[in-house]
Order: sequence, then C-alpha cells, then structure tokens
Amino acid sequence: MQRPGIKYILMFIVLVVAQVLFLNQIQFSGFINPYVYVLFILLLPLSAPRYAVLLLSFFIGLTIDVFSNTLGMHSFASVFIAYLRPAIIRVITNREEDMHDYPGMAYTGLAWFLTYTAIMVFIHHTVLFYIEVFTFHNFFNTLYRAFLSSLFSIFVIVLSQFIVFRD
Amino acid sequence: MRSLLRLLIKNYPFLLFLLLEVLSIVFIINYNSFQRAGFLNSSNAVSAAIYGSYSRVAQYFRLAKVNNDLSAENAELRNRLDEYEAALLDSALLAHGQDSIFRYISARVINNSINKQQNYITLNKGRKHGIKPDQGIISAQGVVGIITNVSESYSMGLSVLNPRWSISAKLKNSGYYGSLLWNGNDYRKAELNEIPFHVELAEGDTVVTSGYSPVFPEGIMIGTISELSRPEGENYYKIEVLLSPDLKSIAQVEVIANTRIDELKQLKSETENAAPGN
Repeated sequence: MQRPGIKYILMFIVLVVAQVLFLNQIQFSGFINPYVYVLFILLLPLSAPRYAVLLLSFFIGLTIDVFSNTLGMHSFASVFIAYLRPAIIRVITNREEDMHDYPGMAYTGLAWFLTYTAIMVFIHHTVLFYIEVFTFHNFFNTLYRAFLSSLFSIFVIVLSQFIVFRD
Repeated sequence: MRSLLRLLIKNYPFLLFLLLEVLSIVFIINYNSFQRAGFLNSSNAVSAAIYGSYSRVAQYFRLAKVNNDLSAENAELRNRLDEYEAALLDSALLAHGQDSIFRYISARVINNSINKQQNYITLNKGRKHGIKPDQGIISAQGVVGIITNVSESYSMGLSVLNPRWSISAKLKNSGYYGSLLWNGNDYRKAELNEIPFHVELAEGDTVVTSGYSPVFPEGIMIGTISELSRPEGENYYKIEVLLSPDLKSIAQVEVIANTRIDELKQLKSETENAAPGN
C-alpha cells in the first residue's frame, strides 16, 4: 500500500470497533476477555519514531478506555508495552539488518511473530489485570486470569494475521 | 545546564513514557470525578450512539428470550392486579388516599459487562425520559444496578457486579438486614454481610431489598442463599447469594424513580443538623 497513514487509521478503527463491539461482548465464562487491539501497537512500523509509538499507543488505549469505562487502565498498559517494544524486538531478533520495516507475520515468519506477540500480549495483560484489581491480594488468581486471556488474545492475533493486515 | 538539557533530549522517550503513565494513573485515581464530568465514559454522545445502534441490531437475536421474560412479567403483574382488584372490592377505604411513591421507567440495556472487576451498564433512556442519578435499575428477575450518570438520552450505572456500591438487603423470612456486596469472582454470586449468628438461616432462603434506602422499594428480589458458613472468631455469617437476574443475558430493565426522594433527603438533613435537646 502506498499510503501507510491511511492503512494505520483504518487498522485503528477496525481494531477498536472489533474490540468494543465483539470481543468485549464475548465474556466467555466470565473470566476470559481477549484484548486484540494490542495488534495495532505490534504492527506499527519498526522505523516509527518512539514518541509516535508512545502517543499512538496511549491514544488507542484511551479510546478503548472510554468505551469500556476503565479510564486510564488500558492506556497505562498500552504505553507500558509501547515503551518496552524496541527492547523486546532487539532481544528476540538475531540478525537485525534483514528485518522488514513492517513487522507483520508475512514478513517476519510465524516463529518470530508468535514469540513477539506472546511476550508483548502477556506483559500487556498482566499489567492491565493487576491495575484493574488494583491490589496484589489474590495474586495468583489474577495471574491465572491474565494468562488465560493472553492465550486467547495471542490465538486471535496470530489467526488474524492469516486473514487481515498482512501487508 | 546545557548538558542536563542534552541528557533530557536524549532520553525523551523515557520522559514521554513517564508522562503518559502518570497521566493514566491520574485518570485511574480520579476516576469518579472524570465519570461525573461525563464525557470520558460510555454515556457520552459518540460512544453511546455507537452502542445504541449496535444494540438495535443485536437485540433481534435476543427477541425470543426478551419475549419470554416480558410475558412472564405480564403474567405476574396480571396476578397482582387481580389481588389488588379483590382488595379494592373489599375495602375502598384502603386504596383511597394512597398514591404511589415509586414510578417505573422501562429501558433497554445497550451495553453491559460481567467480566471486569468494576462492571457498568448503559441504558437507552436519559434525562429527557426522567432518569436521574441514584435511581435503581431492576429487571423482571430482580435488582440489576443503580444509575450514576445521565446524559440527554442515555444513562449509565453501576451493575450489581461492582464493588463500588452495596445494596441494603434483608432476609425475606426473618427480616434481618445486611449489606450485599460483589466480591469480584463469580458473576452469579455476591456476598451478604452483617447477619449475626443467632439468626436462623438455611440454604435456599430468599434475599430481597430492605426498603431502608430510597433507591429500591421494599421486597424486590435479589437472590437466594447458595452457601453459608460460620467463620471462626467472627460474629457474622459468611453468606453467598446466588443472584436471581442473569446479568449475562440482561436486555430489558426498569428504572425506579422515587417521587419523594427530595422530601426524604430534606428530612434526613434536617434531622442530622438538628442538635439533640433543641
């Protein structure tokens, strides 16, 4: 696609709508809630300036917050992984020179993308779930919920890479 | 000074990161005041309109269940009407001079959650339909929540599944009252506190609203006792209540407006301000 800006605006809208109208309504067993909008942060170009990544992540987090009445929680978790993103990419990549700018699965391969998604999503969910309960009481219960929801989110994100936002 | 500036510029991502995280924390901590501001929650114009049109489509898939609920409620109301008619025939005096304190406004649920730690419910009726903050929300099955925010044509409230408020509840058999609070685990169950050991209880007992707060009239169904135990070293039972409305499938609700709330509030403030003995 020639205009990356339009692609990302479209991605933003699709992911927010999918998140608030479908995924937030799943409420599977009252326990699992996948947060797939993280994909937006995952797919931002690797060459994007860091301030842009942080601000865009904050913005998508805040949008989700407004829709789900959790003001501040999603934006906190999103900014958190946006800040860690370059470090995580550095750690899991061994030959940095041949990385494509767009970190979609079609360019990076399944193994790399799965590792990348798993780490980012798990950190995001863990931060989010602890902020949501706002206590370390029932520590393992919260961790368990974060873990289950992460599995679900990772599954949906990797699956979605076969269908949309491929390039 | 210049080197400090250079250091700051070099580390700007970290500073921006800190700034955004602090901003988020401010949002989280001041949640209630932003809630009241009314534009950063789901009763604002944009998100409520989106949820509204979504729910117009989604409700078709639930029509069968809604129909069943409504006809069940209809039947119950008809039964009650019969009782009242019979009572009216018996004594016209009894009915005379009694006006209704509570008014019911029916509304549709356009957004609802059960799997957060704080769950909210958004309705398609607002200020212009007579909805105000602190009015109760019930369904045909029982207590659902309480209104906290109202915009022109939408309103939003805390559902029972929100530890930010508790319901004044009593046992239907014995009349002992306590407070009902959700503990954040199971969306079907809440805890009833402050019932002392000397009260006789059994699993399956009915829990209803107490009528001590102006939000709900007395005797609205909340649920039934599903588990109870006497913890060592405490004075109160640990009671688990199975909530009777299934909050996962709720679609049609009624908002309860207390027409005498201002009078009650005034009376309360007068009593609290008056020094004893005066």
